[in-house]
Amino acid sequence: MMSFTLLFGLVILPFLASQLVGLAGRGSRRGAAVAAGMAMLGGLLILASLAPAVFAGEVLVASLPWLPEWGLDLSLRLDGLGLLIVLLIDGIGLLIVLYAYYYMDDDDKLGRFYLYLLAFAGGMVGLVLAENLLLMLLFWEITSLTSFLLVAYKFKDREARIAARMALGVTGAGGLALMAGLILLGQMAGSFALSDVLLAGDAVRADPRYPLMLVLVLLGAFTKSAQFPFHFWLPGAMAAPTPASAYLHSATMVKAGVFLLARLYPVLSGTEMWFYLVSGVGATTFLYGAFFALLRHDFKGLLAYSTISHLGLIVLLLGLSTPMAPVAAVFHIINHAVFKASLFMVAGIVDHEAGTRDMRRLSGLRRTMPRTTTLAVLAAGAMAGVPFLNGFLSKEMFFAETVGLPGALSWLMPVIATIGGVLAVGYSARFIADVFLGPPPTTLDRIPHEPPRFMRVPVEILVGIVVVVGLLPQLSVKPLLAIASTAVLGAPVPRLDLAIWHGFNLPLIMSIVALGGGLYYFWRRDVVFSIADRFGDGISSRVAFERFYNGLAIGSRALLAAVDAVSLRQNLALFLLFTLVLGLGAWWAAGGAVLGPLGVGAIDVATASAAAVMLAAVAGVVLLHRRRLVALVALSLAGIVMALLFVWAAAPDLALTQLSVEVASIILLLLMIRFLPSDAAAESGASARREAARRLPDAAIALGAGAGAGALVLAMLSRPFDTISAWHIANSVEGGGGTNIVNVILVDFRGFDTLGEVAVLGMAALGIQAMLGGLVLPGRPARGADGRALSPPVMLRMLVQPLLPLLLAAAVFIFLRGHNMPGGGFVAGLIVAVALVMQFVARGIAFAEARLRQDMTRVLGVGLAICLVTGLVPLAFEKPFLTSAHGYLAGVHLASAALFDLGIMIVVVASLVLALVSLGRLSQAGAR
Amino acid sequence: MALALASIVAMLVGGGVWLLLRPRSWSVVLGLTLLGYAVNLFILLSGRIGSRQPPLLLEGAGPIADPLPQALVLTAIVIGLGMTAFLVALALRGVASRGADADDADRIGEGPIDHHDAGDAE
Repeated sequence: MMSFTLLFGLVILPFLASQLVGLAGRGSRRGAAVAAGMAMLGGLLILASLAPAVFAGEVLVASLPWLPEWGLDLSLRLDGLGLLIVLLIDGIGLLIVLYAYYYMDDDDKLGRFYLYLLAFAGGMVGLVLAENLLLMLLFWEITSLTSFLLVAYKFKDREARIAARMALGVTGAGGLALMAGLILLGQMAGSFALSDVLLAGDAVRADPRYPLMLVLVLLGAFTKSAQFPFHFWLPGAMAAPTPASAYLHSATMVKAGVFLLARLYPVLSGTEMWFYLVSGVGATTFLYGAFFALLRHDFKGLLAYSTISHLGLIVLLLGLSTPMAPVAAVFHIINHAVFKASLFMVAGIVDHEAGTRDMRRLSGLRRTMPRTTTLAVLAAGAMAGVPFLNGFLSKEMFFAETVGLPGALSWLMPVIATIGGVLAVGYSARFIADVFLGPPPTTLDRIPHEPPRFMRVPVEILVGIVVVVGLLPQLSVKPLLAIASTAVLGAPVPRLDLAIWHGFNLPLIMSIVALGGGLYYFWRRDVVFSIADRFGDGISSRVAFERFYNGLAIGSRALLAAVDAVSLRQNLALFLLFTLVLGLGAWWAAGGAVLGPLGVGAIDVATASAAAVMLAAVAGVVLLHRRRLVALVALSLAGIVMALLFVWAAAPDLALTQLSVEVASIILLLLMIRFLPSDAAAESGASARREAARRLPDAAIALGAGAGAGALVLAMLSRPFDTISAWHIANSVEGGGGTNIVNVILVDFRGFDTLGEVAVLGMAALGIQAMLGGLVLPGRPARGADGRALSPPVMLRMLVQPLLPLLLAAAVFIFLRGHNMPGGGFVAGLIVAVALVMQFVARGIAFAEARLRQDMTRVLGVGLAICLVTGLVPLAFEKPFLTSAHGYLAGVHLASAALFDLGIMIVVVASLVLALVSLGRLSQAGAR
Repeated sequence: MALALASIVAMLVGGGVWLLLRPRSWSVVLGLTLLGYAVNLFILLSGRIGSRQPPLLLEGAGPIADPLPQALVLTAIVIGLGMTAFLVALALRGVASRGADADDADRIGEGPIDHHDAGDAE
């Protein structure tokens, strides 16, 4: 249980702290730094308390079910490899926090930087500890996103934005491939739990999907770890502040890809494909990065390419699959993280002090920065593989592993390794020689000097580790390396002998050749530069990415422009056409029959005459739609036919609703007519021709849609049918306390739906109010034939006044009977709204507004609140939301659902009044 | 019976779609109203109709109509009214912002396209 809490704490702590730091950062820089440092330190302490168990060989696992049906659990595991990487994350993280406190300028938002940094650390720790493949993927994406935020930290700088986008584009695309790969892997292994997957190696490698899965997983790993040809985002990512570069782009995030390969090593490795792909890409990257590192004039770029090269070295080792190669890989992960982070920090110090990163301008800094120079020389020595420093040991192990491979590889691999060693010595030498040696600098704006004391402390600690590991490997790093390698191999490590002196053997000769050759290579570097100048600077894949990216952007814009003419009409036509094609396709594929076994039935008078009147109504609307008032009359005719059809179909509730809605919508449309500009005569010239040209396709779509809908109705009605309403009918009186089943369904069985629907109605009304608020439209004043302004007719005024109480009484009646007989909140609400609105129409908006004392938005809220509260009360009695109760009180049958219905009624009234008054106000504004 | 009902739905859909594709927002509102009728009728028909009683549980009533489609359609009618009102407001807003004589549905949504990040790509 203890380890359970601690494991989750390890992941959650940085995320929690990131939020705190973000807040603290507004107040004080120091507060932010202390909080961030405490988070890292806390992580280290948790790790320390868990470490004894891990060193004893245990694998700590903590698990919480999350989405078990998807195989996704919140499960974490801590083994040797996890311990090692989390140690790097939190340990180097702590140093980075201290370093950044001095590095970042005062006007930089330090809190924001720490926020991203900690969120990244949390993602990274989660990635490393994830016991579930899908969870691992989730954290993988978090590291990509936070890396994006850190690279784009100086977001006002265009270069930084482009670099951030490129980093996210490459690692994000890799993440997608990885997702596919890991899902495949989980399916092949039969589980997404890492413990199961790691044991399923034989089954996975025998699976026919293995090659596809391997390529996808490798794409993820290679993009993240900047392997050729996906390496180009890493030099760009140097646009991030140097502390972030030191942390993410040398020590931790770029190791995520390598970590993934190490983590899945027992499952994926051991095939020929693994060997050729992984070691091939690794070797290419190793040489490529090492070669181009020398050519960078920006020393941060030099370090970035060197990182690419070292990552290639680690990948190459993992690909070799000899027994000791993964051990060497893990060892180099540690060593590289330590010396490269310190080198980046040195680079940051120099940049900070000298104001430039251009090695052609820098020179002789050892005079003014002797301590920093010492540190830099030691760290760069480790990078080059100089004896007695940690880089030498893992590089020797690497050389030893390249010796003794079968076939042509027996000479090829040692040669590649030695060439890589030569190149590494070359660029390391250039970094030291150009920056720290030579004559004093001449072109600098200021004289660089030693940085603040505590800015150098992190570097000193890291360089101290470089030296201690280099001198006393057996005593310092061996236990850690042993448990981490055990976790990678999935088996006990072969004999581990971390001596500096292995005797005079081939690897030592290779080291000597690399050192000597590297110094010579550095000495003759002008030759290399002149060759490189002739062949470009090796950023071709970056250019290719930019072209690809821009091509995508241009292509999608062109596609959008082709499909979307920014015309509602054209979009509608396309949408309808598409729907038609889909419907026709489905119909055709299903055999193309329209009529079912029941046939069309006899023709009866009621429906036939309804169809005839409807024909007249629709024809009226369609043909005369330009004559708005006439069209409106025809439309209301169609509405009446609908209401009659509802009556005929034994749906009295619908008929009532339809009729009252009809009144409201006619008033609405009348108001609209008033503000529409007078309909000009048919368009002339080009627009008329365009209009005529559209008639034919439009008519075809309309006919097709009509025929399709009609056929659908025929198909439906001619097939037998089993109702699904039996339950509702049986339980209406018992459970809902009402005999009007429709109303009981609305306010009880499907009350939640109804709640949603009235909420939508309310939102529409609020939207209308917002859209029309403050709008002034030049409405056409109503004028009679003689040109005088017309006031509402006297007859209407006289009629409407006594109508109000009558209508309200009718509404109350309909509301009260609703639960048992046709009626209910919806209809009653519509009637009240119509009664009120008719007052506006007859008496003018000013009259009505003077008497409308309630703010309708508030009334709307009250109605919704009544609905909600009626729904929530049952929760107090441990019944589900919106359970209704009913019973007899003093001889009167009452149901709690009636209260819900009241809420509905209030919302309907308020929404309609709000909408119509908003429209009515327009006329007032127009009249003024 | 089925034929007549099918032709009613067909007329409403055909007319509604035609009006939807006309250039003025006014006709779009009319068209949507017709389409709304058609859809409501269609849903109601999915419960089948015939010589039956309204869905009220009264003493001595015969077979009753299917209540579920009726409940669905009832809210649909009210929501339809809300939508019509919203559309009317939208159209008037368009009239106000584009000047009085162009209530062209072709133009709804027209405006400067957001080329926010376009400069970065080059």
